[in-house]
Amino acid sequence: MTDHLVEGVLAGDRRAIARTISLIEDNGAEAQATLAALHPHTGRAHIVGVTGPPGSGKSSLVNALALYFRRGATGERGEGGSPKTVGIIAVDPTSPFSGGAILGDRIRMRDLAGDPGIFIRSMASRGSLGGLAWATADAVKVLDAAGFELIFIETVGAGQAEVDIARTAHTTVVVEVPGLGDDVQAIKAGILEIADIFAVNKADHEGADHAVMALRMMLDLDLGGTATVLHHGRLMEVVRTVTGGEEPPSQGPLPPARPSAWRPPIFKTIATRHEGVVDLATAILAHRAYLEQSGQLVQRERERAAAELETIIQQESLRRVLACAQGEKLAALIDRIVRREIDPYTASQHLLGG
Amino acid sequence: MTDKKIRVLIAKPGLDGHDRGAKVIARALRDAGMEVVYTGIRQTPEMIVEAALQEDVDVVGLSILSGAHMALFPRIMDLMRQHGLDDVLVVAGGIIPDEDVPALQAMGVKGVFGPGTSTDTIVRFIREHLS
Ligand SMILES: Nc1nc2c(ncn2[C@@H]2O[C@H](COP(=O)(O)OP(=O)(O)O)[C@@H](O)[C@H]2O)c(=O)[nH]1
Ligand SMILES: [Mg+2]
Repeated sequence: MTDHLVEGVLAGDRRAIARTISLIEDNGAEAQATLAALHPHTGRAHIVGVTGPPGSGKSSLVNALALYFRRGATGERGEGGSPKTVGIIAVDPTSPFSGGAILGDRIRMRDLAGDPGIFIRSMASRGSLGGLAWATADAVKVLDAAGFELIFIETVGAGQAEVDIARTAHTTVVVEVPGLGDDVQAIKAGILEIADIFAVNKADHEGADHAVMALRMMLDLDLGGTATVLHHGRLMEVVRTVTGGEEPPSQGPLPPARPSAWRPPIFKTIATRHEGVVDLATAILAHRAYLEQSGQLVQRERERAAAELETIIQQESLRRVLACAQGEKLAALIDRIVRREIDPYTASQHLLGG
Repeated sequence: MTDKKIRVLIAKPGLDGHDRGAKVIARALRDAGMEVVYTGIRQTPEMIVEAALQEDVDVVGLSILSGAHMALFPRIMDLMRQHGLDDVLVVAGGIIPDEDVPALQAMGVKGVFGPGTSTDTIVRFIREHLS
């Protein structure tokens, strides 16, 4: 079953890709083995996160971007470089009341129908936020292993889940709309940390220039004041080099990656009319080039691998310890904690000690 | 531990532009704990089957008002088979004359629900057929 799926995914078989993503979503037993087999074939795709408030036009933008990467600006295949295959994971929230969800992102992606170089999958956010980030990351791995060159992840808002998902992405596009950006306070905290590129969408509405200005001011405050820049939540030293500047020759065997600053560009877009999309697409490719040249791509792969390993160890060791402790012993320990006969630290030592 | 959810595609084939009924069903299924992929109006058979395949749904629900069902359904069912989606439960709702129901069922459309059908009935039908 698993071998069959793995072969299918690697061959780009759409049913196998779809099935494997379901396996991951359902947390099925075979998911781990499948992902393990796919792992050597991942790491080739460029992953783009697209996040912003509901209704800001994320799906419409992903539609326009995907169409551009497939066909170029005039719809002629091959224009603007070779067409890239595009995978899309669109996440919508699960209803906290019923556990169900309405996944409506495909409505805005009609233009992409019938293109064998595109694969769209809708996902509900389901349970825990951390879990969503990993399920999304694993679904991305499936598309990556299947050979999709560009992968978009659409997520709502800018909560912790989006920050986590942004860590999965190489390039994060934050979508704002006129009105929301008027007030600097209204731009959600945390957005600057994850944004590599801003799109002020619905630029046909009043106030787009104002929103651009507000964002620019925030960036100036953030970048101008100190010699550091927040990038994906991490403080990094800013090395100001002339354009195309060379790094000084390194002395030691392992020169630390010293990225020059990436200043998030801001674009006005009208997704429904496909306006501003070429600039946005160009910036995505430029950001990829920046990550490669600055050494950040490699550095971030390592950070991600470390975080992933840590999470898996946490989950697995918790599972093992709880599996070893018989239900009664565990219940008794909990009772003793409640009665203040033992503290939770000592109790956990009991469990870990066997 | 698995958290299997029922996934449903709600699609509106044909040229008419009203999807009130389809949206009511989509919400009812969500409220029953299902994950509903909603694709909007004017879906071609090709678009519907492509979405069903990529989304790996357990159920395809087709909402139709235009009277074009006898032209569209054979094509949809054909494409489903071609793509190996034989095990997907297909149901239809909307305005479908009684005399067409046997033909649809013969094609593999398992449930046909007229305009008055309560959403509870549809939810129950789906649950029973998938268990
Ligand atoms: N006027 C205008 N409407 C837009 C634009 N982009 C998207 N929309 C509309 O905004 C609504 C929400 O778009 P959608 O892409 O679904 O937003 P999402 O929820 O962020 O994915 C839809 O009705 C779109 O047609 C735009 O640039 N201008
Ligand atoms: Mg959307």
